[in-house]
Amino acid sequence: MSDARERILAGIRSSLGRGSVDADAKAQLRARVATHRRNQIPARAMVLDEAGRVDLFVAMAEEVQATVARVPSLASVPEAVAHYLATENLPAELVVAPDQNLDAVPWGVRPLLQIHRGRARAEDKASLTSCHAAIAETGTLMLMSGRHSPTTLNFLPDTHIVVVRRDQVVAAYEDGLDRLRANNAPGKLPRVVNFITGPSRTADIEQHIELGAHGPRRLHIVLVEEPEAMRSVEDDGQRGELAQ
Amino acid sequence: MLAASRDFMANARAGLANENLQRALGRARTGFPLRRHLAVERLPEFEELREAGRSIKDHTLEYLDFYLEHYESNVVASGGKVHWAGTPAEACAAVLQVCRSVGAKVVTKGKSMVAEEVGLNDFLDANGINPVETDLGEYIIQLRHEPPSHIIAPAIHLVKEQVADTFRAEHRSLDPDRSLVEPRQMCDEARAVLRPRFLAADVGITGANFLVAETGSSIIVTNEGNGDLTQTLPRVHIVMASIEKVVPTLEDAATLLRLLARSATGQEFSSYTTISTGPRRPGDLDGPEQYHVVLLDNGRSALLGGDFQDMLRCIRCAACMNHCPVYSAVGGHAYGWVYPGPMGAVLTPSLIGVEQAGHLPNASTFCGRCESVCPVKIPLPKMMRHWREREYARKLSPPVYRTGLALWAWVARRPALYHALTGLASRVLGWAGGYRGRFRSLPLANGWTKARDMPAPEGRTFHRLWTERSR
Repeated sequence: MSDARERILAGIRSSLGRGSVDADAKAQLRARVATHRRNQIPARAMVLDEAGRVDLFVAMAEEVQATVARVPSLASVPEAVAHYLATENLPAELVVAPDQNLDAVPWGVRPLLQIHRGRARAEDKASLTSCHAAIAETGTLMLMSGRHSPTTLNFLPDTHIVVVRRDQVVAAYEDGLDRLRANNAPGKLPRVVNFITGPSRTADIEQHIELGAHGPRRLHIVLVEEPEAMRSVEDDGQRGELAQ
Repeated sequence: MLAASRDFMANARAGLANENLQRALGRARTGFPLRRHLAVERLPEFEELREAGRSIKDHTLEYLDFYLEHYESNVVASGGKVHWAGTPAEACAAVLQVCRSVGAKVVTKGKSMVAEEVGLNDFLDANGINPVETDLGEYIIQLRHEPPSHIIAPAIHLVKEQVADTFRAEHRSLDPDRSLVEPRQMCDEARAVLRPRFLAADVGITGANFLVAETGSSIIVTNEGNGDLTQTLPRVHIVMASIEKVVPTLEDAATLLRLLARSATGQEFSSYTTISTGPRRPGDLDGPEQYHVVLLDNGRSALLGGDFQDMLRCIRCAACMNHCPVYSAVGGHAYGWVYPGPMGAVLTPSLIGVEQAGHLPNASTFCGRCESVCPVKIPLPKMMRHWREREYARKLSPPVYRTGLALWAWVARRPALYHALTGLASRVLGWAGGYRGRFRSLPLANGWTKARDMPAPEGRTFHRLWTERSR
């Protein structure tokens, strides 16, 4: 197919009435990519203070049928999760991401909650993960794949529970992308970055919106207001700002 | 897919007479435009974003060769492979070669218009590989052996009773007496039937809404989560994308994503937007071991630098068809190929030739709604006019149109004759219209009078009135 490659590139150049892009222009284009300048970002979330951003995130997520529980600290997560599963009439079983950010959750306080850690299997009914960022603009969660955060957890089980640290809430997608770049080698991304906005849905039959087409039927967000227990190294700068 | 675009007139008549289709379209006519309107109203910067979207796409097209090479080098750097395909046959061959290399029997598919364009399903079937569509709408029409009638809502031409009948006929292992009345029940049934397929598939094929040069990533936007299951569970992920899908950076993609969901379904953001870069990393617990991209040209490179370059900005949101009075009346199948509505009327002749599809650009009233809602400001009516001119120049339009137009042009270029004839015609028609002031039928105009009355002129032409009043 390298033949096709040359034909296509030559076709593009001849249609554009030029040869290959010259060295100066190439340098400029490379610089445009390398600086990845932001385009206009809607003011909606950008103008808000930290509390406003968090409230907007919650409101936007609830608008798309995610449910949100706000808890004071990581220590309250098992209680909140057990309560949610019971309210939804779901079995007290969870597959939890093997993610060090979740190591500090004291599952032992709810001994009836059956926890195993790893990727999701076909029979898992509910999963729990952390996230990379939460985007206030549209109530969107941003998750990265990795050895500690398998992607199957986000899509296979009927119920997906996501623990969001308050200081992970950012205004816009671009803020999430900045964090993504800060956590990965230059020019490298994890295999998958998932932006998740509410549970799975379809309107393919007569435009009736039905939740749970193929992915999770329920998306539950546990928002941890007090982030100390989960603070990780990469966010120290950000937290320093907030403390001032 | 074989094109039936030449039969647009007959297809359209069939569409108008199809009761189920008219019932189904009735919902879409109001639903899509209303939801888009509400979403746009909520975002004061929407107009500025449209302008930004247009300029990102224009910039990328101007340097498309550079960005494609940059993109490819980053795909390779992240462990993936790019297969360039000039034609549908080359694209199909590339997919087959990857499938055969892993001994694939079952292939799951997320929604991909490029796969429709190259006729991938029939090709795989003919080569002993079973493609399973997993998007609910695509799954329904695959069971019915129909092409999609809309680029984001492929089964929009069906009512739920038809879906229920299809499921009963095809899901034969299920209880024949089960209740199948509400969309909820049909969704659950499809979910249950498709789940084991997701888990059993050897290869997952998705489309791409965007390709990102900066990182070598592909981006898919879905609501169901089927695309994610398709690309996460099998050993191999194949992305099918056309060359104009590339954008320079993730920030550029973010801007276009803000336009896409709002223009398409009126959502603030789709449920799932997924950036995929290469295969599973060492230590990952899931994800495909191989990541391939089939990059299709199929006539697009030839559109650069010409009258139709702007069409390559299209991000496939479907706003143009959702707002088109012609599409809303006749449905997508009338257009006879993969891409319906205004964007299809422009793109189809570009991709399969004006001889095959030259008539489609006539399926427009030039009301301009398509251009006014296009998130990247594609001048669709202008381009339909370009095609009409080419159709006329190549003598592809019917002789009766050509004679009529030639006659009219001959008269219109002779103002004295024109005024005399129109003056005479309006006096005669005004007199013949009589006290009723309208005609139930008119010779030479029964295309109009079959469905409605023709108002009679009041006896004077606009020119006469103008002259009298300006005295």
